[in-house]
Amino acid sequence: MNSHDPFTLALSLILSGDPGLFGIIQLSLQVSLSAVLVASLIGLPLGAAIALFRFPGRGLVITLLNALMGLPPVVAGLLVYLSLSRAGPLGQFGLLFTPTAMVIAQTLLVLPIIAALTRQAIEDLWEEYREQLQSMGSGRVRAIPTLLWDARITLTTAVLAGFGRASAEVGAVLIVGGNIEGVTRVMTTAIALETSKGDLPLALALGLVLLALVAAVNAVAYLLGQASRRHMQ
Amino acid sequence: MRCFRRLPSIAALILLVAATSAQVTADTTFITLASTTSTDQSGLFRHLTPKFTERTGIEVRVVAVGTGQAFAIGRRGDADALLVHHRAGEDEFVAAGYGTERRDVMYNDFVLVGPRSDPAGVTGTQSIQDALARIAESESAFASRGDDSGTHRKELQLWAMADIAPAGRWYRQLGSGMGPTLNTAAAMDAYVLTDRGTWLSFGNRQNLIIVFEGDESLFNPYGSIPLNPERFEWVKADLAQQWHEWLVGEEGQAAIAEYHIDGEPLFFPMNTGAPSRVE
Amino acid sequence: MSGLPLASVPDPVLELRNVSFMRSGKVLLDHGNLMLTQQGRTIIIGPNGAGKSLLMRLAHGLLEPSSGTIVCRHNGSGTPRQAMVFQRPVLLRRSSLANVTHALALRGVPRRIRRNQAEQALARFGLTHLAQRPARILSGGEQQRLALARAWALEPDILFLDEPSSALDPAATKAVEDAVNVFFRKGTKIVMTTHDLGQARRLADEVVFMCCGRILERTPAATFFDTPTTVAAAAFLRGELVLAPWESPTPLTTNG
Ligand SMILES: Nc1ncnc2c1ncn2[C@@H]1O[C@H](COP(=O)(O)OP(=O)(O)O)[C@@H](O)[C@H]1O
Ligand SMILES: [Mg+2]
Repeated sequence: MNSHDPFTLALSLILSGDPGLFGIIQLSLQVSLSAVLVASLIGLPLGAAIALFRFPGRGLVITLLNALMGLPPVVAGLLVYLSLSRAGPLGQFGLLFTPTAMVIAQTLLVLPIIAALTRQAIEDLWEEYREQLQSMGSGRVRAIPTLLWDARITLTTAVLAGFGRASAEVGAVLIVGGNIEGVTRVMTTAIALETSKGDLPLALALGLVLLALVAAVNAVAYLLGQASRRHMQ
Repeated sequence: MRCFRRLPSIAALILLVAATSAQVTADTTFITLASTTSTDQSGLFRHLTPKFTERTGIEVRVVAVGTGQAFAIGRRGDADALLVHHRAGEDEFVAAGYGTERRDVMYNDFVLVGPRSDPAGVTGTQSIQDALARIAESESAFASRGDDSGTHRKELQLWAMADIAPAGRWYRQLGSGMGPTLNTAAAMDAYVLTDRGTWLSFGNRQNLIIVFEGDESLFNPYGSIPLNPERFEWVKADLAQQWHEWLVGEEGQAAIAEYHIDGEPLFFPMNTGAPSRVE
Repeated sequence: MSGLPLASVPDPVLELRNVSFMRSGKVLLDHGNLMLTQQGRTIIIGPNGAGKSLLMRLAHGLLEPSSGTIVCRHNGSGTPRQAMVFQRPVLLRRSSLANVTHALALRGVPRRIRRNQAEQALARFGLTHLAQRPARILSGGEQQRLALARAWALEPDILFLDEPSSALDPAATKAVEDAVNVFFRKGTKIVMTTHDLGQARRLADEVVFMCCGRILERTPAATFFDTPTTVAAAAFLRGELVLAPWESPTPLTTNG
């Protein structure tokens, strides 16, 4: 058993400037932030559209979206694996075991969270704004950007929840990325690997580094939120 | 205020650039090798693949998964070569036309690990069958992988050879990889069958020690199989073949032999020169 | 039938013809007929639940009538621009200025002149110093003034106001009434509801009296407050409880 205390180890890992660790941190951020970005670009307008429009099967879509928030990462990983596999429908792109595949899998995990939370937030806001916006001649489509911007504080939380899910999950990236050292190894898969090697202190130290990373991203988002809140309530 | 409005789009732009740059750097010559977690965790690939890359300029990307999953990846053509240790499965794989040929690369062995106190009295038994029988009789805790991995299949085969159908509260099927199984066994002072490579590099041993080793039936051969380009036209057959031949060749075999942990060799080269073809 | 014979007037700007509105089997507006001209301030009064807000929303186009037609005309042919100020102002979670520029954007005003127009509108209602303040933290009176400034920027031909000062203190109420007159002097048609008879007296050029989902009369202010046409209006002016016709022994529509 390694005698290092995980906190000291975590600190020395960061301070050591180990390029391997920094590569893993960078890839983790790249993959999860890209997934959150793509999921936001799709999920925010999608969630708003579901909030504003009535169509047959809407209740089913909302239920499905809410249920998908709990989609097990392994299942998402498996679906993406089967699609990107050479024998699968998107096989010709050769994306399996690349960071792109990991972004796709995490997007699948994050999208329902962002879309479902957006739907809820926008529906509430639309309830409040509907008559005023209609009075000013805004159609429903035109109302989407207005509502998204005005719900920005709630939506930031939704996006951060999505980022939390992306950066914490291991099941999906493990399957579609393959945890290849230097290519697709991210924080969570590295932690799983060290755990299975029995190096529990190192695993825990990496966990602390990941936690610090997620906290840092949240802090940046919080500060940006504060800055914009000061200017526009 | 103006600049705050633009912040989101600026952030988005930075992210997009970051995301695309990850793709640009992935433009090197490489093969994808599907192998097992135990092999990867022994640290062997870190020792082996740089030597191969130095010689050929080909990077080897190792996807380390369970034996069953490695074969599944191979059957879908999602790797260029396999390095696994389940003889029957390997022969079947080649026979079904997924791979071109199978060659012996190296072997290591399995060891029976258990608590220092050895409640079943396994130490000093003459055969692995005997050792397992004592564990079953005394109903001492035994941790089984239970994940249909190569090691799990090997364990089941050993129980069968000992004429025992393990069952009961003492026999715990964990359904996890070698490392997690060892972690669990260490936590509950259970006996467990493991490959020597994983054991040697395993950090969290607590009370566990090797209680039985050296039986011939604990022998664990590894085979290399390049994927069949006739079946999967996209595989990098040339590069995979170079890797395959390098492994069983003089240089690869020497590299395997010189890999040690704490002064102990983990794998023993076993190239007989002849490919074991299954027609 | 509550259809009133309305004096034929030139240049009607808004006309309701036999407009009914029903929800879940209840008739909330019963064959309403009303013709409003471009001139003057029309104040709609009536007891709670009479359908005043409903009438406004129908006229403004926020609700579709169940039957009947609503015709808007401007200078004989064009569609009049409309704006509405609600009882509780609905302001976007942005600065005061951004609230106005957003409304201008919706109206299709080019970006480069929006800011200038918005600033002028804020200045018109004494809100310049609050331009960068988040609209949501303004006081109730300031918020309603901002809602009026936003309406002002849209340069409406008809301005609907639904009890715009019912939640405000006297000073803020005065500011709202002054603002209404600013619109009026510019030639904007004012259509406003209030439950405050004093306010109705101060502002009205003509009064529309509603009760129980029916438009009972439209009378010039000068005569309405002294001699309303209907029993119900007379009772309402005396401060009596006005009951629905099925609850009341006396007919609503004939005086005496
Ligand atoms: N959209 C609607 N759906 C159903 N009922 C409504 C709707 N709008 C108003 N009502 C009902 O119509 C009646 C008149 O409401 P309203 O116009 O708000 O009265 P007021 O004269 O006090 O403004 C009330 O009984 C109200 O409950
Ligand atoms: Mg009302």
